[in-house]
Amino acid sequence: MIFKLNPSAGQPLYSQVVQQVRHAMETGILCDGDALPGIRTLAEELVVSPNTIAKAYSELEHAGLLELRHGSGAYVIVKRRLKSRAERTRAAQVRVQALVESLHADGFSGEEIQRMFAAELFYDASLERKP
Amino acid sequence: MTDGLAIETHELTKQYGNNRVVNQLDLRVPERQITAFLGRNGAGKSTTIKMLLGITSPTSGTGLVLGKKIQDAAQSRDLRREVAFVAEDKQLYSYLTVEQLVRFTRSFYADWRTDAEARLLKQFQLPTGCKVKALSKGMRTKLALLLALSRQPRLLILDEPSEGLDPVSIEELLHEIVGAVAVGATVFFSSHQISEVERIADRVCIIDHGRLLVDISLDEMRREYRRITLSFDVAPPEIRLALPGIQQVRTSGRQMTLLARENADAVIELTRDLHPVSVEVSPVALREVFLETVKEAQ
Repeated sequence: MIFKLNPSAGQPLYSQVVQQVRHAMETGILCDGDALPGIRTLAEELVVSPNTIAKAYSELEHAGLLELRHGSGAYVIVKRRLKSRAERTRAAQVRVQALVESLHADGFSGEEIQRMFAAELFYDASLERKP
Repeated sequence: MTDGLAIETHELTKQYGNNRVVNQLDLRVPERQITAFLGRNGAGKSTTIKMLLGITSPTSGTGLVLGKKIQDAAQSRDLRREVAFVAEDKQLYSYLTVEQLVRFTRSFYADWRTDAEARLLKQFQLPTGCKVKALSKGMRTKLALLLALSRQPRLLILDEPSEGLDPVSIEELLHEIVGAVAVGATVFFSSHQISEVERIADRVCIIDHGRLLVDISLDEMRREYRRITLSFDVAPPEIRLALPGIQQVRTSGRQMTLLARENADAVIELTRDLHPVSVEVSPVALREVFLETVKEAQ
């Protein structure tokens, strides 16, 4: 799978990895039993600290989404719950699409819409956070 | 990571005449992590590194590197066997050829890896028959890096390792750093290249006028630092937000921006009472943290 990490985003790199793996599972890009690269391989590929990948994998393992086999890599575990989530994700995408289209129709540019979404999500995330 | 510390200093100080170059520095570099050491020119980075390696002795204070006392000559010699170092000036024996220098250096170290040496010679495209004094600055840096990276040290200390390197070589260098940490090394490096630091570092220490101003993991920085912009339809209220974690407040026209080091959620809650027409929260990149920290210190 192809990872896209943004070092300037307000989110730790390890949680970007976690989120992208989760998303790939929800959308069916990653299936049950698929292998992910080993920690060193992925760290070198993405040119990030190996600790970032180790932390991401350990979090995914803790959540029961990844099985780490010593020496042979990491394997994806997709549960049935996730499969139904994959369908919900697809439905949500349709809703987002419709909303974006209607905002476009109201004369908002893609950039403006993106900014509104980003601000809303950021505001949300900051308030949700508990120390 | 629950490993110990590879470097630990306590009130480490270096004074030249009346000039305190390093001022009561308490530095803590965790093992098996990549720690970046940032600061302006003359902030005290290289002097700190020289003290860690016994190249210059501290005026006062103490330090441990890999558990060994830096002030003790015998312990300092022992620790250097386990440390690979690339100096800022990349001084090398200029009358030797590349091949002679590699062979010469190899003979000193038990942890030399001939496979890594061969790979790096090829990767860095170093002219083996060429005299060191005829090498360009970038090539000399690559040679200095090869001499350090061909070993398998417990600790790699690199003083501005990417200075003068082309983008391809920088990428190769970062790759090597990641690989070294993957097999258990600790990396401590100084740099002015914020974008490369932001990509590979686990932690960042910012030093200015010899004092440590920031010591934070980049995960924590990404999670905690926030720029909060409040917009008003009247002139912004003149208030002092006395909350811990607010590093700076600036007003421009009908807008006000706050830089929060922590407590962003509490700050946002509080700003609601000011009735802004909009509140925008955005992440803060390392470049901004660095610039604001250094500016604040002046």
